[in-house]
Amino acid sequence: MNWVAALRSALRALGTNWLRSILTMLGIIIGVAAVITMIAIGGGAQQRIEEQMKNLGTNVMLVLPGAVTASGVRLGAQTGQTLTEEDARAIATEVPEVQAVAPGLRTGAQVVAGNTNWSTTVMGTTPDYTEVREWPLAEGRIFDEAELAGSAKVAVIGQTVAQQLFGDADPIDQTIRVRKLPLQVIGVLSRKGQNSMGDDQDDMILVPLSTFRNRVQGMSAGRIKRVGAIRVKVREGQSMQEAEQKIRELLRQRHRLQSGAEDDFSIRNLTEMLQAEEESSRVMSMLLAAVAGVSLVVGGIGIMNIMLVSVTERTREIGLRMAVGARGRDILGQFLIEAVTLSLVGGAIGIVIGMIATWAIGSFAGWQVLLSGQSILLAVGFSGAVGVFFGFYPARRAAGLLPIQALRHE
Amino acid sequence: MALIEARALVKSYRMGDQVVQALDGVTLDIDEGEFVAVMGASGSGKSTLMNILGCLDRPDAGTLRLAGEEVEALHGDALASIRNRRIGFVFQQFNLLPRTSALDNVELPMVYAGVKPAERHERAQAALRRVGLAERALHTPAELSGGQQQRVAIARALVNNPSLILADEPTGALDTHTSEDIMRLLAELNAQGMTIVMVTHEADIALWARRRIVFRDGRIVEDRVQPPRAPAEAAA
Repeated sequence: MNWVAALRSALRALGTNWLRSILTMLGIIIGVAAVITMIAIGGGAQQRIEEQMKNLGTNVMLVLPGAVTASGVRLGAQTGQTLTEEDARAIATEVPEVQAVAPGLRTGAQVVAGNTNWSTTVMGTTPDYTEVREWPLAEGRIFDEAELAGSAKVAVIGQTVAQQLFGDADPIDQTIRVRKLPLQVIGVLSRKGQNSMGDDQDDMILVPLSTFRNRVQGMSAGRIKRVGAIRVKVREGQSMQEAEQKIRELLRQRHRLQSGAEDDFSIRNLTEMLQAEEESSRVMSMLLAAVAGVSLVVGGIGIMNIMLVSVTERTREIGLRMAVGARGRDILGQFLIEAVTLSLVGGAIGIVIGMIATWAIGSFAGWQVLLSGQSILLAVGFSGAVGVFFGFYPARRAAGLLPIQALRHE
Repeated sequence: MALIEARALVKSYRMGDQVVQALDGVTLDIDEGEFVAVMGASGSGKSTLMNILGCLDRPDAGTLRLAGEEVEALHGDALASIRNRRIGFVFQQFNLLPRTSALDNVELPMVYAGVKPAERHERAQAALRRVGLAERALHTPAELSGGQQQRVAIARALVNNPSLILADEPTGALDTHTSEDIMRLLAELNAQGMTIVMVTHEADIALWARRRIVFRDGRIVEDRVQPPRAPAEAAA
């Protein structure tokens, strides 16, 4: 029996009971759609994390002040002010693995330029900040050590701030006012995009740390120069763990902590955190795809069920086909083709629905999704295999019928 | 050499704890070009004989040669091939594929014979012309009368040029008038040289045949030549 004739007769048989065929395909449709959507979501998460890795800069650690305990009440992370500019300098000079260090202080402030204003974050830091964050300038320059030492009234602004305050005009050498303090714009950062929390990283102004301390925040010029956080970049090829350990020891020593005492700071290895996140997202998406795969199997069982029903219903037809010369393998082929047609058509519909679902999740829920050709091929292959696997038993049962019994079947 | 040479065919069935002797040593020769009516009460073994002659069933003992070919020892695929090439079946209930055009129904045996689509189409058309249904080729069984459906079934039986047509109560589901049409068609085919073996329990249908065999309890109790009701020249 040739394939064209078999396929035609399969389509006719399926079309006769089209509602039943569609209901049978439903399991495969849902399974394939789920697999495709889950793989797309997992791929999207993967891609997002990879982008963040790039975004973050490699080998970056964040040293944060520790928790404060006041009268037995522990106030949580970053409530203390235990880190100082001297700590940052010590880390840069005494830990050989460290490439660059950028201590920072930040606050929210209203910024005015001409007749427009904008609320943004002002960050006081050192010139190394751009190196630590691997964040080049789009134009202009970063402030230098002299400006840092002299509390110069200069600022480097992010893309969002530039857009909000100056539109398409060139912001370089323009003057902006932060809390009535006039600052000269000397550079514009390149676009960085959102961070892992979805915050706009380009909505920021960088000023020299001393300028921030003395002029923006108006702190008393005390001898202890506290900072909010210290970003540390470890040299390429150096062990993050080792650097972390050395920084920890250094800070404990500088803060004169007893050997049993808790750290009054915390160190976050951002790269490691992201790697852990990546790992967990990979496991999660594999888990989801596996669950979706289960519905494919359930769909396959549905196909097997309906094919068994079909074989019973059409026993006389099978008998007739045998009487006019169909061999066992012709009957086997016919029913196998019907089962595979069912599962492949279901798979095709599932792919379409999966693509629509992926698109919908991407555009309405705002999740990052990545639809890969591989997952579609996988779905096609899998649904075809489901058809063969679950269609084989009913088909073999049909082929094994004795002609005379099939023909006389009531 | 006879077309069918059956020697001492034995076949028994188990019905519950009872053994029914459906064929009890049947020996029979049928020559090419014969038109045989097989009669007998239900359970007399005539249907069992038809099934064995049609290679749908195997005898427990005895030998059967079809056009010189030993068939009782053959298995599955070989029997399918013999049914395909040598035998055309006509059933009481027509057994056409539903929702399938007359043309496609007639093409079915050729599909299994591996005939190319174009040739299949042509030969199926010719067979339908032969039974007078050329203009109904694209109708489905539901759109055809019982007599027309049986004609389609006969066209299907003819289309692979078999040596033998086995008709099992071909008029059992038809009214008297239509039955006569169908019998006339079979008689014409016989006049053109086709060997026909027909099972019937209606005496007036059996009159169309030229030889009558009567079964009782698995044995042939009567086997005689009779003058056919339709003269052979009617077909000429």
